[in-house]
Amino acid sequence: MSLRDSWRKCLSFPFLSEIVAILIAFLLGSLVLLFTGYPPGQALRALFRGAFGSRNAFGQTLTQATPILFTALSFLVSFRAGIFNIGVEGQFLMGALVAALAGTSIKVLPFPVHLLCALLAGGGGGALWALFPAWLKARFGAHEVITTMMMSYIASYFTSYLVNYPCKAPGWVAQTHPVERSALLPKILPPTQLSFTFVVALAFAFFVFYFLFRTYLGFQIRAVGLNPEAASNRGIPIASHQILAFLLSGFVAGIGGAGEVLGVHGKFVDGFSPGYGWDGIAVSLVGRLHPFGCVFASLLFGLLRAGGMTMTRVTKVPLDLSLIIQALVIVFIAAPRFIRLVFLRRKE
Amino acid sequence: MPPLLEVRGLTKSFPGVLANDHIDLEIEEGEIHGLLGENGAGKSVLMSTIYSLYRPDEGRIFLRGREVHMVSPASAIRCGVGMVHQHLTVVPHLRVWENIVLGEEPRRGVFLARREAFRRIEALCRETGLQLDLHAWTGELPIGLQQRVEILKMLYRGASLLIFDEPTTVLTPQEVDQLIAYLLRLKEGGKTIIFISHKLREVFALCDRVTVLRRGRKVGTIVIADASEEKLAEMMVGRKVFSPKRGEEKPKETVVLAVEHVSTLPERGKALHGLNFVVHNGEIVGVAGVEGNGQTELAEVLVGLRKVRQGKISLRGEDITFASPKERIKKGLAHIPEDRHRRGTVLDFTVTENLLLGFEDEPPIRRGRWTIDLPLLRRFALSRVGEFEIATPGVDVPVRILSGGNQQKVVLARELSRPVSLLVACQPTRGLDVAATEYVHRKLLDLRKEGKGVILISADLDEIRALSDRVLVLYEGRIIGELAPQSDEYQFGLLMGGKSLVAQG
Repeated sequence: MSLRDSWRKCLSFPFLSEIVAILIAFLLGSLVLLFTGYPPGQALRALFRGAFGSRNAFGQTLTQATPILFTALSFLVSFRAGIFNIGVEGQFLMGALVAALAGTSIKVLPFPVHLLCALLAGGGGGALWALFPAWLKARFGAHEVITTMMMSYIASYFTSYLVNYPCKAPGWVAQTHPVERSALLPKILPPTQLSFTFVVALAFAFFVFYFLFRTYLGFQIRAVGLNPEAASNRGIPIASHQILAFLLSGFVAGIGGAGEVLGVHGKFVDGFSPGYGWDGIAVSLVGRLHPFGCVFASLLFGLLRAGGMTMTRVTKVPLDLSLIIQALVIVFIAAPRFIRLVFLRRKE
Repeated sequence: MPPLLEVRGLTKSFPGVLANDHIDLEIEEGEIHGLLGENGAGKSVLMSTIYSLYRPDEGRIFLRGREVHMVSPASAIRCGVGMVHQHLTVVPHLRVWENIVLGEEPRRGVFLARREAFRRIEALCRETGLQLDLHAWTGELPIGLQQRVEILKMLYRGASLLIFDEPTTVLTPQEVDQLIAYLLRLKEGGKTIIFISHKLREVFALCDRVTVLRRGRKVGTIVIADASEEKLAEMMVGRKVFSPKRGEEKPKETVVLAVEHVSTLPERGKALHGLNFVVHNGEIVGVAGVEGNGQTELAEVLVGLRKVRQGKISLRGEDITFASPKERIKKGLAHIPEDRHRRGTVLDFTVTENLLLGFEDEPPIRRGRWTIDLPLLRRFALSRVGEFEIATPGVDVPVRILSGGNQQKVVLARELSRPVSLLVACQPTRGLDVAATEYVHRKLLDLRKEGKGVILISADLDEIRALSDRVLVLYEGRIIGELAPQSDEYQFGLLMGGKSLVAQG
């Protein structure tokens, strides 16, 4: 075997590009620390300890990964159908709000039934929020990148208004009343926030995988996403499948929001999402637009979030370090993929 | 006297492919030299290397006995080498004369010397007999004339060796004849021409000598007087090639497809006007015409991708005028789309997935309510790949990496997976090499022999005439006439140009 061949074989190691990109991101992050006068070794040690140095730290990492996994899966489902659902954040928030309302207002149902209702209500809320841009696209050809993004801002301000005024619980904090106990997802690892929401997220990853790669409907949706003309030539209706994928995407995002409310916070707190929906888009791309890849990518982002918070507490290094590393991972992995997928495919 | 162009041991490789393997070539001054070969034989790479678009790994190039090291097309042009590419490189929004002088404008100070430019172009036109309206917008000219602009561009730059890369694929038969006449005239004027093609007829009409390449190697150079079509085809493919022959059996009396007074609106394309024809069982009906006269639209109407405004289409007596594409597929309508990248295949899907397209929601592949039976699908794919001789490293590789011929075989394998009563084949051999073309032709003739109906829409008149029982000619969305395939080419040409009166009898 020539040197060139062995080199090529080495390069074909799965996920090598991702691993190298992550290493470089950490390296550059350390350099930034060095130039701004913080000791990088100490900071990174604190970050990793905060991410999986203890049972609690690990639980925190999984907790942080959960909502991002949902939003990543949501984006993935729409993307596979050729839809750029940029507004995952809005569907996530609406799902969270509807779940909170269902969790607080329904008082008669027993534990698993009430929980299931609240979860599904959240999913429905997300799907409903996706329905409008889907309809706009099907009816008028309005591009979903614009409409979903605008819908996202509407959702953000609308939910904020609701918990600040009509649905506000008494007290200083803008939040709803706590959800009834019969609608709460149990915690797995007290005292951490880790709840069964994480398990639900994993189940959804598997569900999305099975749907896309094992069912005929998923196959048709992928065909529509990759080449609508060829798909319609073989009798697959494009518009209805894209709307379906749009709704499913909103549903998954809505479940994610519901999971946060019912599993982690127990109520809708104003501004509880630091932009999980937007992160999900990047995580989805880092995860090679595959459900299982998204699991690993969301763990990476969860690690950076959880570890970053501990690091800030322990070492005075600002949280921005994990944001910088996150940004670099996105720049190295997600951005080139996005450009290739969006722009180069159009040119063909 | 040394030859005008001499190439010694030219080698060029791309990652994983040896495109040119130690090729020797001699082009004599004043000859028209044909360069023949299958797709991927290395013709275009060889010419692009000579034209310095690529840099050779090895080998030397001599012009009139002196070794040259050309580093870019600009230096090739300075050495008197010009190339007309398959896809033209004129600027559509410039006038003809502007395109010709573009990059070599005669100047007076900082200004463009318009009069000087005209004087030179007009002299050139007189010399070569290439007539053109110099003030026309280039983009509004038919392709044949745009190609003329391209030729003038090279002559204007003083090229004495002209390379034509498959120049006839985009032309109508008339335009091809005109091009051949011009090229012969250029040769009389002392120019040397290299003519790349895989159409044997043109090579015979034009060339003095032919060099044949196969899989990156030179098979040989022969004088055209010593060659025969069979011999050249054999050199290209590496084995005997059978030209398509219709069987003796007559088409049956039964009608498989009836199109009655079908008209469409001109949205996204040409309108169709009152189409009226039938296809019988065991019959191949050719549809000829200059491209853009409604062929694409006709195919779309037949397979259900375009709405019918008036008229009726029936398949085996059943009205399918308003049936969805899926219903038509189920009723036995198969379709080879004209663009296998855009419509025929999903390039990023695997071979298996492409074979599955259109069957995914039916038992037995669909098992239970939702699921696809993967083991069964795999067996299905493997058997298709075997039966249709699809050359692929596996059934789980993307179709994108296959050659055009094998991509087309995937389409064929899929479309013929179901009992077919009518096949609508659009440009089924476009861009395919001799061996793959032969394969597709054989399949079409097999269908005919089995008593199925075939509609063959093609821009390749030779193909249509060789395969069809009857030929319809489309012009401006109408069927302007019907001809027997053995009618002479001149009649076809007239009809395709819209002159129905002469040939109607």
